[in-house]
Amino acid sequence: MMEETMLHTIHDKLKEKFGEEIMEAQMSYDFPVFTVKKDKIVEIIQYLKEDPEMGFQYLTDLCGIHFPNAKDHELGVVYHLHNLPKNKRIRLKLYTSIHDPSVPTLTSLFSAANWMERETFDFFGIVFKGHPNLKRILNVEDMNYFPLRKEFPLEDATREDKDDTMFGRG
Amino acid sequence: MNHKEEVKTITEEKEYSILNLGPTHPATHGIFQNVLKMDGEVIVDSEATIGYIHRAFEKLAERRPFYQITPLTDRMNYCSSPINNMGWHMTVEKLIGATMPKRVDYMRVIIMELSRIADHIVCNSVIGVDTGALTGFVYLFQWREHIYEIFEEICGARLTTNIGRIGGMERDFSHIAWDKIDRFIKQFPKALEEFENLLMRNRIFMDRTIGTGPISAERALNYSFAGPNLRAAGVDYDVRVMNPYSSYQDFDFVIPVGTNGDTYDRFMVRQEEMKQSISIIKQAIKNLPDGPFHADIPDFYLPPKELVYNNMEALIYHFKIVMGETEVPVGEVYHCVEGGNGELGFYFVSDGGRTPYRLHFRRPCFIYYQAYAEMIRGGMLSDAILTMSSMNVIAGELDA
Amino acid sequence: MSTIAKPNYSLAKTPEGVEGHGFFATTLDKAVGLARKNSIWPLPFATSCCGIEFMATMGAHYDLGRFGAERLSFSPRQADLLMVMGTIAKKMGPILRQVYEQMAEPKWVLSMGACASSGGIFDTYSVLQGIDRIIPVDVYIPGCPPRPEQVIDGIIKIQELIQSESIRRRDTPEYKAMLAQYGME
Repeated sequence: MMEETMLHTIHDKLKEKFGEEIMEAQMSYDFPVFTVKKDKIVEIIQYLKEDPEMGFQYLTDLCGIHFPNAKDHELGVVYHLHNLPKNKRIRLKLYTSIHDPSVPTLTSLFSAANWMERETFDFFGIVFKGHPNLKRILNVEDMNYFPLRKEFPLEDATREDKDDTMFGRG
Repeated sequence: MNHKEEVKTITEEKEYSILNLGPTHPATHGIFQNVLKMDGEVIVDSEATIGYIHRAFEKLAERRPFYQITPLTDRMNYCSSPINNMGWHMTVEKLIGATMPKRVDYMRVIIMELSRIADHIVCNSVIGVDTGALTGFVYLFQWREHIYEIFEEICGARLTTNIGRIGGMERDFSHIAWDKIDRFIKQFPKALEEFENLLMRNRIFMDRTIGTGPISAERALNYSFAGPNLRAAGVDYDVRVMNPYSSYQDFDFVIPVGTNGDTYDRFMVRQEEMKQSISIIKQAIKNLPDGPFHADIPDFYLPPKELVYNNMEALIYHFKIVMGETEVPVGEVYHCVEGGNGELGFYFVSDGGRTPYRLHFRRPCFIYYQAYAEMIRGGMLSDAILTMSSMNVIAGELDA
Repeated sequence: MSTIAKPNYSLAKTPEGVEGHGFFATTLDKAVGLARKNSIWPLPFATSCCGIEFMATMGAHYDLGRFGAERLSFSPRQADLLMVMGTIAKKMGPILRQVYEQMAEPKWVLSMGACASSGGIFDTYSVLQGIDRIIPVDVYIPGCPPRPEQVIDGIIKIQELIQSESIRRRDTPEYKAMLAQYGME
């Protein structure tokens, strides 16, 4: 399939340039997905952006994810890149430990990453090293926890009128 | 001699004034705050604060089964809610690997193009209002009522539609709905022409909008713009053409592209897109294939109510779907549709349970609003107001 | 003999009073109430989807202007009726309260939509579960979003409230007690 060959070509090129930084490569529905280590993420994405055969010049999305049970790999960041002229899309993932949630920032390559990284910081607490203005963007400034982590509840804690026994929560 | 020295000291001691634009301001259509540093009337710098309507959609979605997430997606870009609904349903269909019959695709295209017209009506008439031209707004809003009537006939709701099902539509369009759609596409082009005659070649409107809030194509791509804002800057990226979904490849339409990326180009791109949407709806009605109005996926498509009350199997399926006991594949999928503002993406990570493990919305408004500070630098305050309304920033999508 | 068509309009009901040739006497509060209720200056505090339904209500099809509420005031100092339309997040709460406190008496508050009345479908950590936690509300309009006919029904209820209130309600002890509950004077 066309996407499988794309996966293998990109994987080979990345492996020859970055070696052991690339941990996994697989297809997920119609996206080549690469799991990489976090230290050289800026160089990897810069190579994917500027190399004339790669050409992934459009950052579609940047978000975070939390797996509380994966030891040392609890917090993850997912990047979606897009090559507009050739219409190719890939996904990159990296994982970091919850005790050291720092990831290099992409704002030097893509200006769009500015607010997307602030949103990921706001929701998950992932600190982006080198970000020009890393503070909360959507929640109130003095909030002291990271709400989208799995251990925090969804509901407003100040409601008294909800009967928890009716909702299956003892 | 003395006079010259006086002038020199005045320019050295110039101070900038800080002006707080928002969060509740009649001209910002939505709740955003911008702190502007101004040198007289010219804007030197600005800083935006958002989040005044943050409703935690992504955390809410982790608690809700798939059909309960559709009303959430309604309330993101509420000017064109059917597009969000259908984008979500298509994401789930991609995860479970279902293909839709052609008739479903064409019906979805008709509804999505109608809601795109509704969204662009709001944006273009509001650009007129911000230049002082209220007549166009009042004229065009009457046509939104006609679109609301069509939606009401199909799904029962006007604005936040919750339309469709995973696997198609909940019912076939009635003949009243077809009549209303026919009447709309016959009468709307004339109303649009009337609106154009008011504004498009109007000297005052052109003087105010040409050259305000420009952005170049390279900067727009770096800021990950999408939709009419990117097309006004000169890049012809449209998800309907690049990654066609819902049989858009069968339709013949033109993508309008601007040159300067300023307010006038954005206005013109949206005008032309409305006309292209009318043409797409006409083609869809002409070539509408016969067939079922939903796919055959009993695990996800809610059975019709008459069967649920009379047939045991339908009752069991209804119960399983509502309680979320159906088997969902494990995996992650990203699907995007062309919303009113650009590429609306859904990144869906499923762990096999009845609710998503993680659902992230790629919201175009959030991503391109970052560039607002750069677009208004060097312009005047009234140009800043115009730039904001021409970017069509919708607060529900911005803060999610 | 020409037939004159029957006029197709209805006049507003006159309040109770004593009528005679060239004069009409009624109590002052009825006359003031009649004037106040037919000339409301609303402040549309629109945050989300309910704001778009309000724009549809102000449009030509459902015309809120025929109730006298044609002139929207975006400055709180000049407004009578604060219409809160849409979700109020906790970040927005202090701003809403500031807008309410800036309004001059007499003032009324209309909470439109499920989100403003009680938090709506958003029972989350960041949404204020009802604006009556921070400001007093007179009329609630449920719905998500409410149809324009429901909005007009809410405005008519506000009009009934305005008609029947005493002129100097700010001096009554009940009103002062209610404001003290919210921590306002």
